[in-house]
Amino acid sequence: MSVGIVGYGSYVPRHRIKLEEIAKIWGADAPAYKRGLGLREKSVPAPDQDTITMSVEAARRAIVRARIDPARIGAIYIGSESHPYAVKPSGTVVAEALGATPDIHCADLEFACKAGSEGMFVAMALVKANEMDYALGIGADTSQGAPGDALEYSASAGAAAFVFGREHLVAVCEHTYAYMTDTPDFWRREYQFYPRHAGRFTGEPAYFKHVLSCARVLMERSGTKPSDFRWCVFHQPNGKFPQRAARELGFTKEQNDQGLLSPTLGNTYSGSSPMGLTAILDVAKPGDRVLMVSYGSGSGSDGFIWRVTERITEVQDLAVQTRAQLEGSRVYIDYGTYSKFRGKIRMGTE
Amino acid sequence: MRDVAVIGVGMNRWGELWEKSYRQIWTEAALEAIADAGVDRVDALYVGCMSGGLFVGQEHLGALLADQLGMGPIPGTRVESACASGGLAFRQAYLAAASGEHDIVLATGIEKMTDVDGGAATYALSTAADQEYECYHGVTFPGLYAMMARVHMHRYGTTREQLAQVAVKNHAHGLLNPLAQFRSKITVEDVLESVMVADPLRVLDCSPITDGAAAVVLAALPLKGTRRPPVKVVASAAATDTIGLHDRADLAWLRSTEVAAASAYARAGITPADLSFCEVHDCFTIAEVMVIEALGLVERGKGGEAAASGMTALGGRVPVNPSGGLKSKGHPVGATGIAQIREAVLQLRGEAEDRQVQDARWGLTQNMGGTGASSVVHIFGRV
Repeated sequence: MSVGIVGYGSYVPRHRIKLEEIAKIWGADAPAYKRGLGLREKSVPAPDQDTITMSVEAARRAIVRARIDPARIGAIYIGSESHPYAVKPSGTVVAEALGATPDIHCADLEFACKAGSEGMFVAMALVKANEMDYALGIGADTSQGAPGDALEYSASAGAAAFVFGREHLVAVCEHTYAYMTDTPDFWRREYQFYPRHAGRFTGEPAYFKHVLSCARVLMERSGTKPSDFRWCVFHQPNGKFPQRAARELGFTKEQNDQGLLSPTLGNTYSGSSPMGLTAILDVAKPGDRVLMVSYGSGSGSDGFIWRVTERITEVQDLAVQTRAQLEGSRVYIDYGTYSKFRGKIRMGTE
Repeated sequence: MRDVAVIGVGMNRWGELWEKSYRQIWTEAALEAIADAGVDRVDALYVGCMSGGLFVGQEHLGALLADQLGMGPIPGTRVESACASGGLAFRQAYLAAASGEHDIVLATGIEKMTDVDGGAATYALSTAADQEYECYHGVTFPGLYAMMARVHMHRYGTTREQLAQVAVKNHAHGLLNPLAQFRSKITVEDVLESVMVADPLRVLDCSPITDGAAAVVLAALPLKGTRRPPVKVVASAAATDTIGLHDRADLAWLRSTEVAAASAYARAGITPADLSFCEVHDCFTIAEVMVIEALGLVERGKGGEAAASGMTALGGRVPVNPSGGLKSKGHPVGATGIAQIREAVLQLRGEAEDRQVQDARWGLTQNMGGTGASSVVHIFGRV
């Protein structure tokens, strides 16, 4: 029995801030930062946008492509590190807005940048187990970097949603694998406004160890090699890391470029590699194989091997595509507006 | 005073050693030096470390490391002179052997700097400057060396490209050193386009934050027979200068290095022209330029031309930093002075492999604390 993606959708906020604008405020060397991080600009959520609103937008597009009645969705799992409420689920609001209540199971997930692929993993497993016909997995974040911190150049906003099912698939899931260790490279404790990170420790022993190990074991267990794939997509904390991961695994630039959104999108955390997958599905042809590996600090990676089906061409144009949002109508804001939008200006009365 | 030789050396690969503990890094280097020397005991150990407290929360290193080595109750002494801690620890070990107090002495250095973030590391390093008159005003070491560079450029016409050549040369040397942190070739353009740290110094002008240790075994001469060819400590000298840069008579001159070097040359009975190679404290590119002037390798004000001309490269008149220097090999501050001595010993034994200086006879090491408030100079020769 096959299980996989029936419908997919993404959401990119319209506002952008350029890396130069942030660098200017902090006296940083913009050209060197752009080269070092492989980033040019990033998305910014408007004051009325959050993980819930972006999840609704992305999920609506996924449901349009799935061509199903939302009432048949049996579970909704939203992965995010920026759920608007500490206590009270995002999933209840999103399910209600989609018309998927009340016959539905719901959980909000959190695992730094990996929570989105976790939601996909769990939703798909329940469908595979015949617990329900359809399940929704969403990765969404309005992630924050502390003012002046290196994260401020990358932390952005976006969402990706996937309806999983057993029939009318656009992509069959051929294999999954999850790799996890206790590696504290990035964290945010209760009552802290911004996350903290261990600088360069987030690279070698954290991102690269987990992403590369997950991809290698997944390919070994599935008996595949990089040339068996048309596309690959990795978690994108900046522009550099995913390109190096692809190169070290033996993937070509051409395999990696379609899903590489971070240079102009930034790091959408839980939305990152799931959004990259949507950009791939937007252009994929029947039979294309896709390797996807997420990464979440703490640390772990979820790996998926997707095989695109004939139905893909029927759904690609049913909703707005990811790169169309990324490269379409944009509003550039200055650092002052950005600070206001992101709640970085703290009022004395709060 | 007795004559003293280095009879064993040890060092591990330097870098971001997140998988290894502080004591493990040190013990690996120490055991390698002891094995290299072929001795079954040491009478005392010295350890150069700038700030175990701020970097890993560990002090009381003499006792800790003697214990880790399984050699308690030998005396263990920690020596601190900022980035010159390693060089000064070696000097104390040398004096202990030369004086007749001990026959076989272990001199080591260590720093584990990457367990804290960049801000905390910068703060820890800044404690080597004058807290009241420099640090309180916000200046850090890149800023202080940038000011020294500005003065040197203004007065002597030293160019931005000439500074970059120092980094290019040391990376080319480090490429030949299997234990170096950064084994990568860089170009002048790479340096000039790297991130600005403190104008005019860019990140590729600066030595890195590093975890690492190094160790050497010294023994009083004459020896009954050693496993490896002994290398004689021909001269040992140390000197100080004002701790604050603002108190110097000349911002573009390293008086502590000049004084220590003059004393070392006199003791050794050689001149700068006799040197086969030098290992010097290139914590920033401008530092190497100023150090080779203070050592008398070039005339005052002419240091900028040395790297660009090839004079200080391997194969040049006097290779400077054949190990890759602090820039490429890495700079775990307390270990740096000992690693310089390890390199000198390998060169004089003829064991430096791809980076071997031909017919090496005299080698000089120069280790420096702060902006030159302390300098330690040693000269080594074949026995």
